Amino acid sequence: MLKTETITLNLGPQHPSTHGVFRLKLQLDGEAVRDLEPVMGYLHRGIEKLSEERTYVQVVPLTDRLDYVCSMTNNQAYAIAVEKMAGIEVPERAEYIRVIMAEFTRIINHLMAVGFLWNELGAYFTPVVYCFRERERVLDLFEMTCGSRMMCNYMRPGGVSVDLPEGFIPQAKKLNDHLKTFVDELDRLLSENEIFLSRAVNVGVLPADVAINASITGPMLRASGVLYDIRKVDHYSIYDRFDFEVPTCEHGDVWDRYYQHILEMYQSVRIIDQALDGIPQGEVMNKAAAKATRRPPEGEAYGRIESPKGELSFYVVSDGSGNPYRLRIRPPSMINLSALKEMCQGHKIQDIVIILGSVNLTMADLDR
Amino acid sequence: MTNDEILAKLREKYPKVVVDTPELIDFTVVVKSEALTEVATFLHDECRLDYLADVTAVDRPERFEVVYHLYSVKNQTPGPFVLKVYLEDKGNPKVASVTPIWRGANFQEREVYDLMGIAFEGHPNLKRILLWEGFPGHPLRKDFENRTFTFKELEPTRPKPPDW
Amino acid sequence: MEFVRDLFVNIGAWFSGWLGGFLPAWAVTLIMGLIGVIILVVIGLSSVLVLTLGERKVIGRIQDRPGPNRWGPFGIFQPVADGIKMLTKEDIVPRGADYWMHLLAPIIIIVPALLIYAVLPFGAGVRGTDLNIGILYIVALGSIGTVAILMAGWSSNNKYALLGAFRVVAQLISYEIPMVLSIVAVVLLSGSMSMVKIVESQTVPYIVAMPMVFLVYLVSAFAELYRAPFDMIEADSELVAGYFTEYSGMKFVMFFMAEYINLMAMSAIITTLFLGGWRFLGVERLLPLLSPFIFFAKCGAMIFLFWWVRGTFPRIRIDHLLALAWKFLVPLALVNLMIVGLVDKLVEGALLTGVVLLVANIVEVVIVLAILSLVGHKTRSKRLQRITARPR
Repeated sequence: MLKTETITLNLGPQHPSTHGVFRLKLQLDGEAVRDLEPVMGYLHRGIEKLSEERTYVQVVPLTDRLDYVCSMTNNQAYAIAVEKMAGIEVPERAEYIRVIMAEFTRIINHLMAVGFLWNELGAYFTPVVYCFRERERVLDLFEMTCGSRMMCNYMRPGGVSVDLPEGFIPQAKKLNDHLKTFVDELDRLLSENEIFLSRAVNVGVLPADVAINASITGPMLRASGVLYDIRKVDHYSIYDRFDFEVPTCEHGDVWDRYYQHILEMYQSVRIIDQALDGIPQGEVMNKAAAKATRRPPEGEAYGRIESPKGELSFYVVSDGSGNPYRLRIRPPSMINLSALKEMCQGHKIQDIVIILGSVNLTMADLDR
Repeated sequence: MTNDEILAKLREKYPKVVVDTPELIDFTVVVKSEALTEVATFLHDECRLDYLADVTAVDRPERFEVVYHLYSVKNQTPGPFVLKVYLEDKGNPKVASVTPIWRGANFQEREVYDLMGIAFEGHPNLKRILLWEGFPGHPLRKDFENRTFTFKELEPTRPKPPDW
Repeated sequence: MEFVRDLFVNIGAWFSGWLGGFLPAWAVTLIMGLIGVIILVVIGLSSVLVLTLGERKVIGRIQDRPGPNRWGPFGIFQPVADGIKMLTKEDIVPRGADYWMHLLAPIIIIVPALLIYAVLPFGAGVRGTDLNIGILYIVALGSIGTVAILMAGWSSNNKYALLGAFRVVAQLISYEIPMVLSIVAVVLLSGSMSMVKIVESQTVPYIVAMPMVFLVYLVSAFAELYRAPFDMIEADSELVAGYFTEYSGMKFVMFFMAEYINLMAMSAIITTLFLGGWRFLGVERLLPLLSPFIFFAKCGAMIFLFWWVRGTFPRIRIDHLLALAWKFLVPLALVNLMIVGLVDKLVEGALLTGVVLLVANIVEVVIVLAILSLVGHKTRSKRLQRITARPR
C-alpha cells in the first residue's frame, strides 16, 4: 500500500506577485491543493485605533492610505458616513466632482487589476505597462486637482476640499474619449487570447450562493451572476441621475472576473461623459460642515459605497466629542478572500496564483 | 420586507428576545446575547437577510456591543438592518458565532476577537488574525495604552518557527 | 577584386598556404583548427552579449519604453555591466549538496551548446566543418543539455529544485519528438543529413514548400529553448524554486549564457533547415562575400520572432504543455512526415515537388483547423459570443 502525505508549501510573505505582503499556507498533494490558510496582518497599522485620537477631518488622510490604489473612493466612503451621521448636505457641484473622481478611480483600479492579472499569467509585464500608461494620464488629472497623484485627501465631509482648476474639464473630456478607445483596444487584444482562455476558463469557479453567503461584493460578486451594485441599491450621491448599466457575467471563474472589470470600465466611461457634460457651477464645500464635524451630535451611522474592489463602508460612532469614538472600516479585500478555499479546491499551484490575482487584493486594505 | 416588518415578525416569533430598539439613524434592534443564534437563523432563513455586511464591536464604558449589519441581496433593500448584542460582562466577554449561518463572518469575527478580545463560541478557527498569538493585550479596547512599543519588549512575544 | 569577392574563404586559404610554407602539414591543420575553434567560441559567446541587450531593448519597445539606455549610447555597454555584476558575486555551494555534480552541471550545459556551432554553415564555404551527419550531431548534442538540468536540480539538495528540474526535463523530452520528426521530413526532402547539402538542395526554401513542418518545428523550438510561452521554469521560481536557484555568481552565468547560446544556435538551425541558409535569390553566387551577412540577417529575423513572442504571450500551464506535445504535435508531425514522403516519391523535379508540397500543406492546415473546431472547447465559442456582443 502506498502511503502518501501532503507537503506544506509556504507562499511566503515576500511574494513575487505584486499584491503586497501576504502569506498562504498550502497543503499540497502532489500538484493539487488540498487545503489553504491565509495568514495576514503584515501591513496592519492600526488605522482604526489611530483615528480615535484625531478629529474627523484629520482622519481623511488616514483613509487615503487604506487602499492606496483608489484613494478617492476611500475618502468618499468616509465622507458619506460622517455626513450621514452629522446630517450634512453636500452642494451640487461637489457631488458631480465626486462622481467624476470616483469613476476615474474605478477605471484606474480596474486597469491595475487587469494588468496584474496578466502579470500573474506570465505575459511579462506588457499588459501592465499598457494599462499603467493610461493610469498615468488619469493620475495627471488628480495631481492637477488636489496636488497629489495617489494620496489625494480630496473628499472631505461636506464636499470636496478645492474646486477644479481651469483646464480640468477639457482635459478630462479628451482623456475620456481616449479611454473609450483604449478599453476597447484592451478588450480586443486580451480577451480572446487562446492561452488565456485555456488557463482561465473554469478555473476558480465561485457559485453565486456561496458568494452571497461569504459576504463577497464588488466585481467578484457580479462576475458570479448576482446583480448587486450599491450605486443602484443605495442611491447614494447623485448616481440616480446617470444612465448606466450594471453588467454581470455568468460563471464566476477567472475569465469572468477579468471580463467583469473590462465591462465595468465601459460603464464608468459612460458615467464620466454624462457627468462632465452636466456639471453645474457653485460652491464645493458646505460651510456649515466644518462646524458640524468639529463637534457632531452623539450617534452612529453606517455609510457604504461601491468602491472598485467591493463594498467599502465606515461605521462611525460618535460620543459628542470632536474625535470619533469608534471608527470601523469594513475592508472589501479581506472579505473577498473568505471563499478562497472553495475557489481553489483541486486546482494546481499555478492556478492558485491567478485565482489570487483575479480577486484583486490590496494588502493595505486587508490589514488596515 | 421592510425593517419594521422584520421587527414585527421577530417579536411575534420570539417574544422575549428583543431588549431595545434605540432611536438611531439606522434601524437598530438589540437582542439578548443568549438568543443570538436563533435570531440570526430566523433572519437568514425567513426574512431573507442573506448578506452580512459587517461584524464589529464597540467598547462602551459599561458594556461591549457587538454589531451586525445585515442586508438582503434578493430584495435589494437599501437600509441596513442593524442587529446589536450587549455584553455586560467586560471581564470575559463571549457570544455565539454566526459563522455557521453567514460564512463571511469568519475573518471578521477573528478580527473582533483579535482586536477587542471578545470570544466567539462555535467559530471554526478562532485565532488572532492581524496580530500574532503572543501579542500583549487587545488594542482596540479603551484601556489599551496607546504608546510606542519597542522592539525589545515585543520581540519575545512573537512566535518562532516552526509554530509561525 | 577576385580575392575580395569570396573574402572569408580566400583569407583562410591564403593563411594556411602561408603557414604551410614553413610548418609541416599536421601543424598547419592543428593551428587552423585552433583558430577555427577560437572564432566559433567567440561567435557563440559574443552572441550572448548582443542577444541579452537586444532582447531587453526590443521587449522594452514592445512595452512602450526605451529599454536599457544608461550604459553607453543606446545601452551598448549594458552587457559589460551585467558581466561585472555577475562576476563579483559570491559563489555559494549549499551544505549537503553534491559538490562535483554541482560544479559540473553548468559546464555540461554550456559545452554542448557551443559544440553545435561547429557544424553550422555561416556562409558559402564559411563553416567549422561539414559533417555528413550534421543534423544528427546537433540533435544528439541537444539532448545532453537535459542531463545537465537534472544534475543541477539533484545536486542542490532542495526538493523544490528537484521538482522544478523534473518538470523542465519533462518539457524538453516531450518536445524533442516533434522536433526530430520535423527534421526527418527535411532530411527526407533534401536527401542528406549534412547541413551544407540541406542548404544547397533548397531551390525553394522549405518554409515555402512545407509550412506545416516549419510551424511544428517552431513550436518545438520554443519549448526546447524554454522561452515564452513555455517558460514555466521562470514561473516555477515564483512558487517552487527553479532548478538553478542554488546557483550564484559565475555558475549561474553559465546557465544564463547557455540559454542565449542555444537561442542563437536554434535560430541558425532554423535558418539552415527552413529558410534557405545563406542563399538569397542567387546573390550568393555573384558575391559569396555577402553570404554570411545574409545568413545572419535571416538568423536575426528568427531571433526577433522569439523576442516578439516573449513580450506578447502569457504562459502555458504544465499539463496543457505536455498535452499539446503528445496529443497534438506528435500526430501532426507524423502526418507531415507521411505527406512529405509520399510527395517526394511520387513527384519528380525540385520545383514541382515544392509546389505540390505547398498545396498539400495548405490542405492539411484546412483539415486540421476543421478537426480542431469540431473537437475543441465548446466553452470557447460560448465565450466568444459574449465578446462579440460588446457594449457601446
